[in-house]
Amino acid sequence: MATINVTVNGQQIEREVDESRTLAQFLRNDLGLTGTKIGCEEAECGICTVLVDGVPVDSCVYPVLKAQGKSIKSVEGLAEGETLHPIQSGFIEHGAVQCGYCTPGLMMTATALLNENPDPSEQDIKVALKDTYCRCTGYASVIRAIQSAGRELRGETPLPVNDPAVSEPMHVISRSVPPQEVRAKVTGQAKYTDDITFPGMLYARTLRSRYPHAKILSISTEKAKALPGVQAVLTHANVPGENLHGLVYRDWPVLCDTVVRYMGDAVAIVAADTEDLAAEALKLIEVEYEPLPVVADPQYAHTAEAPVLHPEHPTGNLLKHIKVRHGDIEAGFAQADVIIEREYHTPTTEHAFLEPECAIGVPAGYPDHDKLTVYVGSQIPYQDRNQLGLALGVPEESVRVIGTLIGGGFGGKEDIAGQIHVAMLANATGRPVKMLYTRQESLVFHPKRHATTIRMKTGATRDGKLIAVQAELYGDAGAYASLSDKVLTRATTHATGPYAVPNAKIDCFAMYTNNVPSGAFRGFGVTQSAFAVEQNMDLLAAELGIDPVQFRLINAQKVGVTTATGQLLRESVGLIETIEDAWKDMQAHHNGDGFRWAWRDGHKAYGWGIACAYKNTGLGGGAPDKSEAEIEAFEDGTIEVRTAAADMGQGLAHVVAQCAAEELNLPYEKVRVLLCDTDLTPNGGPTTASRQTFVTGNAARLAAVALRDALTQSAAEMMDVPPQTIRYEEGLLRSNGHQVEMGKLVHWMKSHGLTSRVRHEYYAPKTQPLGSGGDMHFAFSYATQSALVEVDMETGEVHVLKIVSSTDIGRAINPLMLQGQIEGGIVMALGHCLTEAYIIEDGVPWSRLLARYKMPSIKHAPEIISHLVEHRSEAGPYGAKGVGEIPSINTTPAICNAITNATGVRIYATPVDQDALLLAMKNGQTELHTAWQHVR
Amino acid sequence: MKLWHHYHTPSSIDEALALLDHYGGQARVIAGGTDLLVDLRAEEGEPFQALVDITAIPELTTIETRNNQIIIGAGVTHNQIVRSPLLAANATCLVESCGVVGGPQVRNVGTLGGNVAHALPAGDGTTSLVALDAEAEIILNGERRWVPILKMYQGPGQSLIDSTHDLLLRFRFAPSGKGEATAFKRIMRPQGVALPILGCAVWLRVDGDTITESRVCIAPAGPTPMRVNEVEAFLNGQPASERTIHQTAELGQKALHPRTSKYRATADYRREMIGVLLRRTLTLAVQRAQTGAAVPEGVGM
Repeated sequence: MATINVTVNGQQIEREVDESRTLAQFLRNDLGLTGTKIGCEEAECGICTVLVDGVPVDSCVYPVLKAQGKSIKSVEGLAEGETLHPIQSGFIEHGAVQCGYCTPGLMMTATALLNENPDPSEQDIKVALKDTYCRCTGYASVIRAIQSAGRELRGETPLPVNDPAVSEPMHVISRSVPPQEVRAKVTGQAKYTDDITFPGMLYARTLRSRYPHAKILSISTEKAKALPGVQAVLTHANVPGENLHGLVYRDWPVLCDTVVRYMGDAVAIVAADTEDLAAEALKLIEVEYEPLPVVADPQYAHTAEAPVLHPEHPTGNLLKHIKVRHGDIEAGFAQADVIIEREYHTPTTEHAFLEPECAIGVPAGYPDHDKLTVYVGSQIPYQDRNQLGLALGVPEESVRVIGTLIGGGFGGKEDIAGQIHVAMLANATGRPVKMLYTRQESLVFHPKRHATTIRMKTGATRDGKLIAVQAELYGDAGAYASLSDKVLTRATTHATGPYAVPNAKIDCFAMYTNNVPSGAFRGFGVTQSAFAVEQNMDLLAAELGIDPVQFRLINAQKVGVTTATGQLLRESVGLIETIEDAWKDMQAHHNGDGFRWAWRDGHKAYGWGIACAYKNTGLGGGAPDKSEAEIEAFEDGTIEVRTAAADMGQGLAHVVAQCAAEELNLPYEKVRVLLCDTDLTPNGGPTTASRQTFVTGNAARLAAVALRDALTQSAAEMMDVPPQTIRYEEGLLRSNGHQVEMGKLVHWMKSHGLTSRVRHEYYAPKTQPLGSGGDMHFAFSYATQSALVEVDMETGEVHVLKIVSSTDIGRAINPLMLQGQIEGGIVMALGHCLTEAYIIEDGVPWSRLLARYKMPSIKHAPEIISHLVEHRSEAGPYGAKGVGEIPSINTTPAICNAITNATGVRIYATPVDQDALLLAMKNGQTELHTAWQHVR
Repeated sequence: MKLWHHYHTPSSIDEALALLDHYGGQARVIAGGTDLLVDLRAEEGEPFQALVDITAIPELTTIETRNNQIIIGAGVTHNQIVRSPLLAANATCLVESCGVVGGPQVRNVGTLGGNVAHALPAGDGTTSLVALDAEAEIILNGERRWVPILKMYQGPGQSLIDSTHDLLLRFRFAPSGKGEATAFKRIMRPQGVALPILGCAVWLRVDGDTITESRVCIAPAGPTPMRVNEVEAFLNGQPASERTIHQTAELGQKALHPRTSKYRATADYRREMIGVLLRRTLTLAVQRAQTGAAVPEGVGM
């Protein structure tokens, strides 16, 4: 211990501090200033940035005693009392806050920039924020927010908000209201799981496998248990209920007993008085393994000689064979004048949500907790509860799951992480237990995007019509099923692309391997098939001598088309309009000088590429898709909407608040939202498949309608007027000269024994299973994107200069925040195209550090021009469909098509390798089948 | 996970040496710590008894000119270098190379001394120090002396000094004289570890239209940074022309034998980049030498 003297946010502080602390730990753990977040502890992500004597530093690699005598500013010090700093109000105004986890780091870095340069150019901002990452926004809104704050600091008017144009804005719907909890997020007050502590809380760690595949011969925990300060060490023997969990197939051990199947497998868990002790205890657990042969490749997994990883699975390593059959494939190809057949490879990719997984278990009987309670930032709280019940061998109702704020998810927080482990440890110790994964552990543990090999054969007739698609996909499911069945089904059913294709035969093989499991990830399999579909489209167009835009217009799905799964599209197919939007902007870029697909300037080659996409909204495939919401009106005139549907930054909370405010004609500020508490909020279902706006939006809307009916009845009685004459006006109920405030009405209802609380369970339109030929989905969103790239012909470096995007989302409930989804989705997909691959060698992850997994930084962010197309979906709330995933699907093929147009080299594997691209250009090769991960 | 137990911030060199001595190999020097802490976490070894932070020793944190030598303390941060008008004019390549290390947060804390002590074969700062023909002042086994910068590199990640026992104090080199100029450029890839695929720093003197002397460093082209003698020998006495510069590409490609490093670059690609970098840096340096103007390029990107 040493004495530290520092000024923190203007306050002089002198205290004894553990000398081994970093500044981030000091702020968070010793001072309780949890606004500073820790994302990687590698000086990579920058979200822990604070100012030391005015300059930004990564507080996660800054020993606290380095700060001796210095002045520190954290996000908590930005606002002056209730008055927000212009950077904070700028971030709110311009929609630059989604999950909010990186927001403090972005704002602190930006503040340092503005202090020095109150009029920064876009380039200045990119230089300053180069190493401060955001996974949600795509940075466009961040840049605008910073420039706007600069203007305010200079005494000028803030920048106008770049609010996208929408049709028919209503009272609150289709208006860019601020997201819920945004003020807490910009002031550092927002609480994510790791920001929560309880008196007497223990710290837990997980011992993970040492091999990708091995027999466990023995586990000895005696030495670890003997370490003073260790309160519990648990293994498979301590799992009270089922030792298997899983969202679709229950194949994933809570704690491994006889075999480990990947490097992230959990073998033992420890709870101790401190994090250091828990880490120390892990080293004392002795596990004897007998390494087994590793199944590292999905195609190998399918061979007879591959060891079978899940002997109880009826089809061995083949988790599932997914088939689409449509028309007559042989006849189709017989009619084709041109056939293109190519093989494509996509790598495993990582969500890299900036908040690593964290869960806290609190035992029943702990103050204020009458049940065993798990706090977790999860995308599926009710399924967590179900899986907790099974593993603990108790009725699920005896467990409570409280969803905390989520620092990004993107599909990566659907599976069980530490939820069951903290519950077991809380029960074993009788004390609250927190388990926070390190970034490195998160990288090894959680399910990723499926690596795929896709062989795609596409045929068209001379007049430019697609006639047949045949495809074979191999998807690496990894060690456990997770959501592979569903994800790869989506890859398969979307493998014709958003086009009318009369004949199709598509086979997908989801294979177990000893790699990290694959699961849900924004785009859900469709990103992979789109990579192949959209490049085959360009190849065909070239072969036919038809312009790629025209070729897509000829084949685009529209109302009346039947998809390859046999679904007749009856409404809301805005694809053609999105193609036209993109095409207009591509031409506009050339200022009337004539559009060119490619050109050269010195050693730089430029090219445009275009790609289309579609993506289902909702679970589909016959799964009942429902959500329930509860709504209550209070005497103070406010209402609260309650539903267990997760907001991981995408904005479900403001969507349900807007739906409720619209139906009750209330000011948006009068609506509160309570999400994800299995004791207080009804089940909204999983946050997946771009479904929540549609399904929970509808549940909230219809609950509000039901509440309105109840309020109307009471008001009619109270005012003695006919109910049909009652109108809702900004919190007042009026009728023929009478009026009552909603709060007063609620008071009246209570005093008359009436409830002002209603629930509505919403069932989305029924869907049919794959193979039945009916409607597999109740809605699809559509998108077109065009990319303009610059390739340095001397170095092979690729820069995306511009993305033009148009997206049919039915209706924009909140245009600005929806635009943030689109911009963020595009930049995430740009990363998949150019920067990201999760590398795993013989089952051992090389990408076990964030330093080895680069996601796009602000310097990669292209100019994005985004249009919205609103072809209403009849059953959607106010016509809305899903938006979460559609922007991430066609960016990669659009960029790859652009690279081909610029250089003549086609990209068959991602991420694009500048090394191989340059050598291909030098050697006159026109095909590139290797990607970055193949450099060796 | 604890990485160290005690943390000291001595205010003099003697105090730092005494602390290292006191811990008898169980303590090590820390400067900015931006690499060190990450390495210690990744190694998951036993914690050090103590870290000895040298950045509070005043004489190690300044940039100054003495006896027509520029002297940079080992505790000077990358950002101090980037912001130094003295260095922008007299060691442009050093500003350019320190300006692309990490992001602003790392440059505000990470030091040039740490970069050198880390002994990576292609530390950006190092590449420029080699072109500047810098010397490093060290205390090795208790003896204080100046050594040529290249001597600091014993192998990849292996420094001449032992950070549990020795100290790196300062760097010195001559400022750009009349007709002299420098430049630095590097090639990165957007994937994986943020280490350069190849970096190149040059120093040259132009008299009229003739290159009279040059120093060229390209890295990584071996286990330690090295000068490209063949290119230097060729350049000296040649006209400062586009043709001359073009000829160096082939010479450099012949002289160096870069290897393929997994997930970074193939040998073939690196060979191509030798040509590109020589052309780009030499063109820039000649231009600077001839005009006498030097504005660092690419800082922060």
